[in-house]
Amino acid sequence: MDDFVIIARDLTRKFGDFVAVDSISFNVERGEIFGFLGANGAGKTTAMRMMCGLLMPTSGEIHVAGYNVKNETDAVKKSIGYMSQRFSLYNDLSVQENIDFYGGIYGLSKSTLKQRSQQLLDELDLHQDRSRLVSDLPLGIKQRLAFSTALIHDPSIVFLDEPTSGVDPLTRRQFWEMIQSAAERGITVLITTHYLDEAEYCQRISIMVDGRLAAYDTPENVRSTYSARTMDEVFLKITRKSS
Amino acid sequence: MPIAQLFLFGYAITTEIRNASIAILDNAHNTKSTELTNDIVSSGYFTIEEEVQSYQDIDDAFRQGKIKAAIIIPSTIGSGQIPSARIQILADGTDPNFAAIVVAYISSIASRVATPLSSQPAFINVEHRMWYNLNQRSVNMFVPGVITFIMLLVSAMLTSISITREKEMGNMEVLLVSPLKPVIIVLGKVVPYLILSMVNVTSVLTVALVFFEVPMQGSYILLALASSIFIICSLSLGVLISSIAKTQQVALMMSLMGLMLPTILLSNFIFPVTSMPPLLQWISVIIPAKYFVSIIRGIMLKGAGIGVILNDLLILAGMTLLFIIISVRKFKIRL
Repeated sequence: MDDFVIIARDLTRKFGDFVAVDSISFNVERGEIFGFLGANGAGKTTAMRMMCGLLMPTSGEIHVAGYNVKNETDAVKKSIGYMSQRFSLYNDLSVQENIDFYGGIYGLSKSTLKQRSQQLLDELDLHQDRSRLVSDLPLGIKQRLAFSTALIHDPSIVFLDEPTSGVDPLTRRQFWEMIQSAAERGITVLITTHYLDEAEYCQRISIMVDGRLAAYDTPENVRSTYSARTMDEVFLKITRKSS
Repeated sequence: MPIAQLFLFGYAITTEIRNASIAILDNAHNTKSTELTNDIVSSGYFTIEEEVQSYQDIDDAFRQGKIKAAIIIPSTIGSGQIPSARIQILADGTDPNFAAIVVAYISSIASRVATPLSSQPAFINVEHRMWYNLNQRSVNMFVPGVITFIMLLVSAMLTSISITREKEMGNMEVLLVSPLKPVIIVLGKVVPYLILSMVNVTSVLTVALVFFEVPMQGSYILLALASSIFIICSLSLGVLISSIAKTQQVALMMSLMGLMLPTILLSNFIFPVTSMPPLLQWISVIIPAKYFVSIIRGIMLKGAGIGVILNDLLILAGMTLLFIIISVRKFKIRL
């Protein structure tokens, strides 16, 4: 159990009568890239928000980084990073100001922040552009900057909520390289996406359909279970079965 | 919504007067003076708010904003020896339009009383004086209202919009996931507007005093104190709106419809609330700007001290506290 950084048991979330997430259970291992796949509205984002402590589960248990999200929210918050669908950078602030802001939010000391921000600008090769406004940056750069700022406080887990939606294939590929290098450094990555081809980048995936986990395994095993060649086929089979 | 607006405008925007509070200082106590008093009361336009015995009483009532006008009936009225009597009307000139109408109404009632009954020609001369605003300058009335309005606009509307903006941009999620305490997030959003509002009040006040020559009779410290309370009240309203509204448009609409409109209509800013139907008068009770307009007019135009405005100030402070508590509770730590 020690190797599981996220443990969810019968996690359920209802909005009125609508069951957005229906009693899902899963574990995520340390240093793993774990993908939440599914159509829009399948409950991926809701599930992720419960893991981050943004939403209270209606019932069920969720432990993140060894803390119970329900009542140890503050401890959870310190150990996770989060990147939302909309990148959540301040468009009217410069690159450097955004970095400083997020560093400040996580209470990094001046020296740590300086060192981290140097490192970050190195990685993204943004030294020349550090005083440019974020709104002037190309989408791909914004996306990578958002990812880096989500990691500014060295979290053990990072949650990425559809970080690749609306981004061209090449940029998506570069972004996945960043994610993989973060995972190699031991950061657990939890990512939601509706691009099924991105499943192959994940060590394990879960496919959500109508709030339930329709599949939960490594991409190869999922494919062989459904005797499908591609993830698209798997998804078609799953949705046909359920409808 | 349009129906509601029509009702609101139809009833609120009225230049007629109804139930205006007045005081009558009757120095004659004879049939003629009683007749005049009765006529004034039964006209339906006025209610006698205060029993006054002296000029000092009238002065106090004005200062506390209890009365809009006072009528002083001289002892010589109806005595027969002196053919003409001079009735004095004192009106609260902080709202010059309203005061002018009050004076006109009373004058016409007085002249009606004067003519028919008298066997002897008992002329009644009406003499009026606008207190606190001798020249009936409407700018004196508008400036305190405008200051109130600007404060509400900057504090409540901009705060609510800027917080919902964070929500729309997705930044709020990130802030909420971070270890920051919600109180800190709210403070971070509110403090800049607090400072901005303070600067605004100061500059508007300076312009009002220098260019429009609006009098400043009272204490600046008191004004600053009352303004601070009102700003904090508006800010907490802004936070409250932002915790309900999901998008900037909704926040904007809520600020306009829920705050700006009632403030313009029901705060005595332009239209006297006492002339409105009871329902609107009840609604006006919960509008913070109403109390602030009364405070700021009191301080600037009447030179009111802490004792006079204490009541309004306490109500305002109480409301502020209530709004802060509600908005802190409502501000969600989770989405």
